[in-house]
Amino acid sequence: MAVPQQTAEPASAAAEASRRPRRRRSFGGRNLAFWYFVGPFLLGLLIFTYIPVGWSTYLSFFDARNTVTPAAEDFVGFDNFVTMFSDANFRRSLITFTVFSAIIVPLTFAGSLGLALAVNKVPIMQAFFRSVFFLPFACSYVVASLVWKMSIFTGVRYGMVNTVLGWFGIESIPWLFGNSPPWFWLVIATLRLWIQCGFYMILFIAALQQIPVHLYEAAYVDGAKPGWQTFWHITLPQLRATSVAVLMLVLIQAYQAFDEFYNLLPNNGNVPYARTPLIYLYNTALGTVQDMGRGSAGALILALLIAIVTLLQGKILGFGKPEGR
Amino acid sequence: MVASGNNDPSKKAFAQFMMNRRRMLALGGMTAGAGALAACGGNTGREEGGDGISLSQWYHEYGEAGTQQAAQGYAEAYPDANVSIEWIPGDYDSALSSGLLTDDGPDVFESHLNRGMVEAGQLEPLDDIVADVLDDIPENDIARNTIDGTIYGIRMIDDPQYIVYRPSMFEAAGISAPPTTFDELVEVAIELTNGDVKGIDFTDDGGTSRLGQHMIKGLGLSFIGDDMQAGFDDPRILEGAESVKRLQDSDALLLGAPTSWWDPSSMIQGLTAMSWTGLWTMPALLENLGDDVGVFPCPAFAGGSPTVYNGGWSTFVNANGPNVEAAKAFTKWLWVDNEEYILDWCLSYGFHIPSRKSLRAKADQLTSGPAADAVAISEEYGWADDPNWTPAMNTAVNDMMSNIVVEGNDPESELTKAIETVNSELDGIFG
Repeated sequence: MAVPQQTAEPASAAAEASRRPRRRRSFGGRNLAFWYFVGPFLLGLLIFTYIPVGWSTYLSFFDARNTVTPAAEDFVGFDNFVTMFSDANFRRSLITFTVFSAIIVPLTFAGSLGLALAVNKVPIMQAFFRSVFFLPFACSYVVASLVWKMSIFTGVRYGMVNTVLGWFGIESIPWLFGNSPPWFWLVIATLRLWIQCGFYMILFIAALQQIPVHLYEAAYVDGAKPGWQTFWHITLPQLRATSVAVLMLVLIQAYQAFDEFYNLLPNNGNVPYARTPLIYLYNTALGTVQDMGRGSAGALILALLIAIVTLLQGKILGFGKPEGR
Repeated sequence: MVASGNNDPSKKAFAQFMMNRRRMLALGGMTAGAGALAACGGNTGREEGGDGISLSQWYHEYGEAGTQQAAQGYAEAYPDANVSIEWIPGDYDSALSSGLLTDDGPDVFESHLNRGMVEAGQLEPLDDIVADVLDDIPENDIARNTIDGTIYGIRMIDDPQYIVYRPSMFEAAGISAPPTTFDELVEVAIELTNGDVKGIDFTDDGGTSRLGQHMIKGLGLSFIGDDMQAGFDDPRILEGAESVKRLQDSDALLLGAPTSWWDPSSMIQGLTAMSWTGLWTMPALLENLGDDVGVFPCPAFAGGSPTVYNGGWSTFVNANGPNVEAAKAFTKWLWVDNEEYILDWCLSYGFHIPSRKSLRAKADQLTSGPAADAVAISEEYGWADDPNWTPAMNTAVNDMMSNIVVEGNDPESELTKAIETVNSELDGIFG
């Protein structure tokens, strides 16, 4: 700022800007602010999501092994999609996921709603209970998996659960081995519930606090009893938008199950009876032989499935409709 | 703030502050973005600058203490280039495969040869640098690193995998000799199992991810036949799978131990009387169990022969690296010519067999006791991977075993399924 002429220009520009009509200026300012806030995320979304999605769509039409820039003569049309659909293992992985979501979606929903109702009713130390139940969400799946595997559900006699079972004279159970009976589902489901229930509890608490008190008061005036009756006819309908959103998020996360299966199950989750779609695709596209073509085709099929199920679910349960109607 | 075209200095200063703040924000946003992007591409392990050529060498994470420092020491001792070491924990294969697709991949790396890497043009032929010692390298180790007549890899270490046992526990149970057939093994394992000790630790999947392969080799079959189709369409496989199922249905397996099979802890802590293991655990076992260590090969299935899997690692040169010739020179210096370092790498940390006949004679630690037995069974019964055998094919065999053994599916149809999968993979590669 040593040379006067250099600073004169911006100064006068600023002065001129201040003389401009107010509306235009605020429009420009808002525009700029918009890009400040949205720009970095948009850039990230573009670089880390849209470009990879586009690229993997491109790859899915090629015989792309150990390369992400296949040659033109490796174009195979829809072959990769046909292969994936006719692959019994890929179809079985979708069944594995279906079992997983059938366990995890209703349990997470009921668990987090129950927690929210309970915490919301606690007269003292509400913030404390909220934090306590929310905290596991900050834990990574990998860390939790190791705790579950190496201390709680260790298969040998000194594992925590086996020690407790031992007090009642029950034989040690190898929790993470085999499929008969499939004990591993207990380990995997408890882990996921522990991590994610707190987060959805927070969403439910926020929604619970939005329900106008006068609805309950009016109901009591009309003779409704507190408890089950008001819950069924007022609370639950008022929570519909949140419930639908929670169901959707839980389901999408269930599709993406990877970490705990990879870290808990034998052979890094590469076992036929519990191979999730992402584990399957990981081994196809990112193992020692990188079959990017088939991996991409599988990923697209999975993405399409998630989209269809989510849309259907939204349609049936009425996502985006106003609350309580 | 020298300029003063405006009457109201405070207003002007404010306006300028606003402008600067905006610029600063914009710049801040940009640099933050750039920083985030740079973070993704950085840390290739290749040190830039300095004089001479820089090379980067990648290793997977060896579990034995001192290995990383040793690798570092070898690199520092090399006079003709700056070699930096990347020590990669976790899923090394995936990290390596993605690294090789970029410009930031390693120049020299350890891995296992497969056809995909060769067809993608990722590997530099190494025939010229091993030419002088070709006669000194065991045949299996050359075959393991050769595709279509070209040598791409140099074996660094041979790691035989076999079963280790506690002779004292055998004696106490009145068992005189190690089992030679798999059915005998099952009986022995059941015999040795009591409240505190399990019979055998056969890895956390009950052996289903390796015994299928051992069966194929032990029965004299091959993964891939000469007709480039699956080479194991044989009913004896079904008989073998039934034996594995008997073991799985007994309660003789140690399952859910805190450490996996490649870690000797379960043996050392006395959780099991026998365990699948590899030669690298031998120093730890000898140190903790003293004389109470014995080894035997994977017993024979269905009238076949016992088997030992000769695993290990080979070193390769990235054909797309910026300094291929320098990388080859370094590889020759370390893994072909430098007998002192090869022996140090094989014997000073975990035990490995040197992949050179002449050096095996000099490996004192491997000439007595159970270590010598391990070397002997490795030479007598050993088999090595086929570079044309892909992970997808391997998974097909593992799935067959898991479906028969863990879930009790019909063995015959599972074998048919595995063969179909392997054949369709082979058709995709060679057809």
